[in-house]
Amino acid sequence: MMASGHAALRAVSKIGAAASLLALAACGTAPVQTGTNDPQEQVNRERHEFNKRFDTALVKPVSQGYGRVVPGPVRTGVNNFADNLDLPGDALNGVFQGRPVAALENTARFVVNSTIGILGIFDPASSMGLRGKPTDFGETLYTWGVGEGQYVEHPFFGPSTERDTYGAIVDYATNPVRLLIPSPERSIGTVAEGGSKLGDRYDYSDTIDSVLYESADSYAQTRLLYLQNRRHALGGGGEASGDDFIDPYADAGDAAPADFIDPYEDSNAQ
Amino acid sequence: MPSDISFAAPLNRRAFGGILLAGGMALALPRASHAQSADAARQLVTSAVGEVNRIIASGQSESAMLGAFERVFANYADVPTIARSTLGVAARQASQAQLAAYTQAYQGYVSRKYGRRFREFAGGQIEVTSVQPLKSYFEVVSTAYLRNKNPADVRWHVSQKGGQPKFFNIIIEGVNMLASERTEVQAILDQNRGNIDALTQALSRA
Repeated sequence: MMASGHAALRAVSKIGAAASLLALAACGTAPVQTGTNDPQEQVNRERHEFNKRFDTALVKPVSQGYGRVVPGPVRTGVNNFADNLDLPGDALNGVFQGRPVAALENTARFVVNSTIGILGIFDPASSMGLRGKPTDFGETLYTWGVGEGQYVEHPFFGPSTERDTYGAIVDYATNPVRLLIPSPERSIGTVAEGGSKLGDRYDYSDTIDSVLYESADSYAQTRLLYLQNRRHALGGGGEASGDDFIDPYADAGDAAPADFIDPYEDSNAQ
Repeated sequence: MPSDISFAAPLNRRAFGGILLAGGMALALPRASHAQSADAARQLVTSAVGEVNRIIASGQSESAMLGAFERVFANYADVPTIARSTLGVAARQASQAQLAAYTQAYQGYVSRKYGRRFREFAGGQIEVTSVQPLKSYFEVVSTAYLRNKNPADVRWHVSQKGGQPKFFNIIIEGVNMLASERTEVQAILDQNRGNIDALTQALSRA
């Protein structure tokens, strides 16, 4: 009895999952989420503290060494090289997203920079107007109507959402460059990727330090920055989304965080 | 009730025409002032950016610069409204005197916090691309060109509620500064056990 009950439940949940997938596929681009969905906040905060310690002990000092020792033009070359290796994946995602123009632009950029730009070290494509459309599988999932899911902060990798986490895993597994280039040469790409990340940590050092080390709640700031910036990128950065507008002239009571209850507050007292 | 529909239709059509006429007049009247307000909003952003650039180029000492940034912030932003908004519900429990003291401290705190990072903005240009109405306000859309950085989408939310146009929010690449400030102030308020005077003290020191 119990077993068949479970089987029935499983069948129901499978049908439910299939139905919800169908519903997802039918509704096209997911609405850009507003607010914060972070039920795992406690775990995320612990990982955030870990990431901060990791940054203090290793990433920040190494990035400063890298920034000071390696001349600017060389760092730009490393960034260009790493960015160029992302382009085939970007083009593939453009196809998945039904954005042929973006896919073509990324392909053309890859061809130009890999040849005239000497394996992508230089970026002549940008001056030809081919600035590229960076994207990822997380965005593909968004265009397929998959919801954002929970906010997650991963150890080492930092802030993300459930959708972007699956996206990153798929991007890694299906990266055409990683699949096509034999293993010893492939590691050059990995090294360049690491260099590019260190370069970013160095270039944006003031901004990152102010968020991580100077704000009163670096976890909440990081979460806000990540979610709003990511949603802006997904929305194409065009129209103002719901998240973009706050009316400070409206009643300040609207600003009350959902988890705040004031037992002394009385609506008649206003 | 199908008979109701056939009876009501001519009436509705006349009423509709009347509403349309009234609506058209209502729309036509504020047109001119609407365009003026949009220009004023654009002008506000252009002048604020111009002043900041002049201060950076002046080569004065950092503390003098921070004082000058604070004056620009006080002139161009609706500081009392921004400050009140960052307090959230705490604003309602605060006395007038507490609110005034907090607003003053907050104005200095913001000017120092962002003013200290003026080097990132040195030589920066902001190009206003459009102005559009947003609820009862204006959104000035601009692109920021900073040295060694990709062009950034910067939106200014401008209100004319006090007569003069003032901005009350800046959205940088989707990041809402008022939301970010609110998060920060709430965290400092929490650290001070919700005591608004202690918060004011903390901001004055920061």
